[in-house]
Amino acid sequence: MYAQLVETGAKAVKTLDQMEPQERAFQERINAGIKTEPKDWMPEAYRKTLVRQISQHAHSEYVGMLPEANWITRAPTLKRKAILLAKVQDEAGHALYLYSAVETLGVTRDQTYLDLLSGKAKYSSIFNYPTLTWADIGAIGWLVDGSAIVNQIPLCRCSYGPYARAMVRVCKEESFHQRQGFDIMQALCKGTPEQKAMAQDALNRWWWPSLAMHGPPDELSANSAQSMAWKIKQNSNDELRQRFIDQTAPQIEFLGLALPDADLKWNEARGHYDYGAIDWEEFFNVVNGKGPCNQERLAARNQAWEEGAWFREAMSAYAAKQEQSDMQGAT
Amino acid sequence: MSHKFQYLLRLGDNCLVLSQQLAAWCGHGPALEEDLALTNVALDLLGQARLWLSYAGEVEGRGRDEDALAFGRDGLDFRNLLLVEQPNGHYGNTVARQFLFDAWHRQLLAGLCESSDPRIAEIAQKAVKEVRYHVERSAGLMIALGNGTALSHARMQDAVNMLWPYTNEWFDSDAIDAQCASAGVAPAASSLAAAWRADVETVLGRAGLTTPTYTGHQRGGKLGVHSEHLGRLLTALQFMQRAYPGAQW
Amino acid sequence: MTSNDVKPEWPLWEIFIRSQHGLAHKHVGSLHAVDGASAIHHARDVYTRRNEGVSIWAVRAADIVASSPGDKEALFDPAQSKVYRHPTFFPTPDGVKNL
Repeated sequence: MYAQLVETGAKAVKTLDQMEPQERAFQERINAGIKTEPKDWMPEAYRKTLVRQISQHAHSEYVGMLPEANWITRAPTLKRKAILLAKVQDEAGHALYLYSAVETLGVTRDQTYLDLLSGKAKYSSIFNYPTLTWADIGAIGWLVDGSAIVNQIPLCRCSYGPYARAMVRVCKEESFHQRQGFDIMQALCKGTPEQKAMAQDALNRWWWPSLAMHGPPDELSANSAQSMAWKIKQNSNDELRQRFIDQTAPQIEFLGLALPDADLKWNEARGHYDYGAIDWEEFFNVVNGKGPCNQERLAARNQAWEEGAWFREAMSAYAAKQEQSDMQGAT
Repeated sequence: MSHKFQYLLRLGDNCLVLSQQLAAWCGHGPALEEDLALTNVALDLLGQARLWLSYAGEVEGRGRDEDALAFGRDGLDFRNLLLVEQPNGHYGNTVARQFLFDAWHRQLLAGLCESSDPRIAEIAQKAVKEVRYHVERSAGLMIALGNGTALSHARMQDAVNMLWPYTNEWFDSDAIDAQCASAGVAPAASSLAAAWRADVETVLGRAGLTTPTYTGHQRGGKLGVHSEHLGRLLTALQFMQRAYPGAQW
Repeated sequence: MTSNDVKPEWPLWEIFIRSQHGLAHKHVGSLHAVDGASAIHHARDVYTRRNEGVSIWAVRAADIVASSPGDKEALFDPAQSKVYRHPTFFPTPDGVKNL
């Protein structure tokens, strides 16, 4: 998802009996559905896991602005331009809410952000794919934001209060993102043969990365069980992936596009769509820096940070001077 | 072509070109908060461009809508001021360009609120509220960056100096301005000069920056004689409509 | 100036917004700003993009004094036993109105 492969430090999930009294009391509150707030006692591993997960999520929002921003200046109509601009701006807002949630855990935004810039921190694999045509903007809204919503709605019930509250705000804003993406796809599919081909191409390229972005299959995600015990995560990767596929396959048919996977078929017995094998090697490559756009994305974030340094410093310096002259005025 | 149509193109193209420039910052701003703030300005200006260009199309009466006007004209038919097509540069260049424009834009819109054309007055009344905020923001940034550090001070002074030649074009009155002014459609171009100058001198003074003493000499945008920058800006702006003529999006 | 120099950050502010006239300001989130005036500007741009507010308060996060979770029992438990403060404590006889 927006936070993939979040390390929890846990080899196996402890039972209540294996816990010290303080940790046990904490786990019992979690089990009872009571939210943890910043000043409450929490196990260090829980805090660290949250920092990793929320900061990855924040980085994903921030990096995620780039592939879509790539098309703002080239949007095909003024209305589409306004919508896309507002949408990409929302991602900045989401990054900001999430960095704020990390700050409640005692790590400042710049500390968190510098880990992204240095390449130490991860962000979602999906944003390392290029946006080659306008249809990619439709596909991202529809498939990537569609996946995000499936993942983020349960996060609104996450056990950590500030994260849950940030996600409520994100989800409220996000609901327009998926619809605007689908709306772009619809316009393309009703358009000329060239436009429809563009839509099909975008679906074909974004489908598999959208499935992979839900994270490795359950049997490969050792950290999932611990995150679920802490109610940081509510559903497994495979569960959310299946939910996304089930809701999206009929939409592909509605658009009149060809299914991007020959194995994508309704399975009456399971009550779900079956789907083909995901290329996990590609996924791990992209996560580990070998995706099509990893270098560009990180370079763009570093460039904005470095070129903005004089601005941020000057703003601080001016405020400090003002404060000083206010104090002198008061004495 | 009617003078009102031409005048509306000038209004719309200023907003369109400037919003296109600001939109290019989205995702690349110097701080998250600043990224969100500047994008809000871009969105306001884009909204205003759409209103002006839609009305321009109606006044022209040839069935051209906002998109036909935005994507279907070549540079020679664009009527924006040269100032707004000057490159983004570093963030200080963008801020300075914005402030010099905002200060003029506010005066212009205040005048247009009194337009004898009710549609123009209505659009101006909506836009002037947005632009009051734009000026407050860009003036605040000028003052902070002018006073901030030695580096920021030098950058802002350079930015003002570089843009200054473009800050007189909007006070020149040609036949279109004169006709719109005499019909009460728009304020006389030269009537905005004193208030603009006073505002700019005040803010530059508070920013510790020197106001250049000469009168800007660059002109031509209002008549379609542009700098080289506009062509490249239109290449991105119009790419889709040029590559797929007639398609619906 | 390399990206690894940690420069002093813009201070953190907590933002409170009154969503409608007649309601109280409510905490909506945080942001970074160099001073109060820019905190208000940023709050407007970050937290009221969808018509969410009619008034903004910005408070430096460092200036907030919070109760400590360790004092939770002493602070809040005593109120639990004062059930008579709630109107539902008192039975209302059938047929009696306006109580």
